[in-house]
Amino acid sequence: MPSTPSTPETGTAEPVLEVRDLAKHYPLTRGVLVKRRIGAVRAVDTVSFALRRGETLGIVGESGCGKSTVAKLLVSLERPTAGTIHYRGEDITRLSGRALRAVRRNIQMVFQDPYTSLNPRMTVGDIVGEPFEIHPEAAPKGDRRRAVQDLLDVVGLNPEHISRYPHQFSGGQRQRIGIARGLALRPEIIVADEPVSALDVSVQAQVVNLMEALQNEFDLSYIFIAHDLSVVRHISDRVAVMYLGRIAETGTGREIYDHPTHPYTQALLSAVPVPDPEPREGRTRLLLTGDVPSPANPPTGCRFRTRCWKAQDRCAVEVPTLTPPPGLPGAASHPSACHFAEERAGIRA
Amino acid sequence: MSRLLEVCDLRVEFRTRDGVAEAVGGVSYAVDAGQTLAVLGESGSGKSVTAQAVMGILDSPPGRITGGQVLFQGRDLLTMGAEERRRIRGAAMAMIFQDALSALNPVVPVGAQLAEMYEVHRGMSRKDARRRAVELMERVRIPAAAQRAGDHPHQFSGGMRQRIMIAMAMALEPDLIIADEPTTALDVTVQAQVMEVLAELRREYAMGLVLITHDLGVVADVADTIAVMYAGRIVETAPVRDLYRRPAHPYTRGLLDSVPRVDHRGERLYAIKGAPPNPLALPSGCPFHPRCPRAQEVCRVERPPLYEVTAAAGTGSPGARTSACHFWKDELDALDAVNA
Repeated sequence: MPSTPSTPETGTAEPVLEVRDLAKHYPLTRGVLVKRRIGAVRAVDTVSFALRRGETLGIVGESGCGKSTVAKLLVSLERPTAGTIHYRGEDITRLSGRALRAVRRNIQMVFQDPYTSLNPRMTVGDIVGEPFEIHPEAAPKGDRRRAVQDLLDVVGLNPEHISRYPHQFSGGQRQRIGIARGLALRPEIIVADEPVSALDVSVQAQVVNLMEALQNEFDLSYIFIAHDLSVVRHISDRVAVMYLGRIAETGTGREIYDHPTHPYTQALLSAVPVPDPEPREGRTRLLLTGDVPSPANPPTGCRFRTRCWKAQDRCAVEVPTLTPPPGLPGAASHPSACHFAEERAGIRA
Repeated sequence: MSRLLEVCDLRVEFRTRDGVAEAVGGVSYAVDAGQTLAVLGESGSGKSVTAQAVMGILDSPPGRITGGQVLFQGRDLLTMGAEERRRIRGAAMAMIFQDALSALNPVVPVGAQLAEMYEVHRGMSRKDARRRAVELMERVRIPAAAQRAGDHPHQFSGGMRQRIMIAMAMALEPDLIIADEPTTALDVTVQAQVMEVLAELRREYAMGLVLITHDLGVVADVADTIAVMYAGRIVETAPVRDLYRRPAHPYTRGLLDSVPRVDHRGERLYAIKGAPPNPLALPSGCPFHPRCPRAQEVCRVERPPLYEVTAAAGTGSPGARTSACHFWKDELDALDAVNA
């Protein structure tokens, strides 16, 4: 039941990106001269999902869950330890050189911090036009200034300001510069890692609205990574909830937010403060105990079991698969990696 | 209910290379014993600077208090001597900071840092002070408190460190706590735990709490009264329900409309145009007028005072509501027309 009929909430459109069993382990070493490997931080472990044309897939999770590592893997800033990323039927994790560059043109990234992700010594024109240096075929040399000014106009900045420096812009404007740079090569996919979390509340909405408008205008597919569950609900068609390097639950916005079946998703949602004093009463708050375990030494079986109120012996032994739990009706029937997945009353405000 | 803290027309300037910035331009608010006041504002609104001036920890220079009073239990903190003020701070009023890692001493075990409070302020023996420190750590629900008292701040997670800060603020059972973005750096599940601990202790000791935050969700959860700040001034104060139901300032309304909700998926977000102003060059008249959909000629010229907002018959709760908007009445009427 799509709430916005124009966007594909359920699986009809073709996938533009398919991620299968993706893993990234960072080695832990000891010793200065002779480095010995003493273990690995399993930042991302067997993550699979698909992104469809024109849709927004939101990835949410708390710090350390691996969501930013997923972003880096998708734009080939990091090489995966295992798994595949298929773009247009081709596994991009095996590409290099010219072939990789061609793919990168179509998968661009927008970073979190508009203060540190823009070179302070470059003008806005140089920053937004820099992708053309690497991909000269995207805009002929004589046309570049024109192309950059068009991009500034598209993201709502004054094209006259092409010669200004980043410090002359506010935080929201800087994020627009970052978005313009991401758009420069007319990519198909934009991976945005916490694009609005460094911005003031009154400016966040401007950038979220801009991203939505650009998606319609340029037929973009978004991977939108954030820790803010409210922003993700607003912008996403489908959502994946990550915990300690794995996807705990995935489904449409409505399935995840109104019918969560994984205990972690339920706890996460119940912890979000709602900007409304009325539902303070009568809302169940599931308070998790303890902290997220270290990804260098994750729990056996289900990774959430050390903080889960439902955990049984089985959870320590058997890794739950990300599949729709049997026997759950309607919107509750979506992939949830819990042996005891079920809906719970009083979660929603 | 007794008045615990009253800030009257407080003014703070910052002298910078580029000129004098009026960071706080005449702020007044009050907290009663056992009440929670939330000071809501975006970065640069002056909410933290106000708190630093109240606590007496303003960086000076470049900051300078240029006017106003800070009455704590009826006595003006700004005119009393340094020694007297030091005795009040810590014992009767305490502060919780956003970044626990830089607020705690990195080379002293947390148990010793907590114990020091009792040794210095209460003259306890080292042994008794240590025992009290462990009790305190248990109160803020740090597991295995006795063993962990010997650990250093970096050995704790962010949530645990924030609890230790809360423990330190609570140690001498102050009458007032000022918490400046206490959970902003924390993950949402940890934030919920920390706010729960804070709320529980506040209730138990009937302390007054000034909660400084930018998060409309956290405010709705815990505040009794809200003061909204913009460009160094308070633009609206109201009891929590009134503020969310019937905001009487266009800025407040814009903020409420611009946050996406986790409990339902809305349509396009309302966006306040422009960006917060540069404190070195505040707009004339009402500082919000360049971004305000309701702005008229008078807003460009005349700075609005804090008008008393009178509740219409049968709506809202009586009590102090103020709005620094020339057109607060029209704002409320328009809102009621939409809701009708």
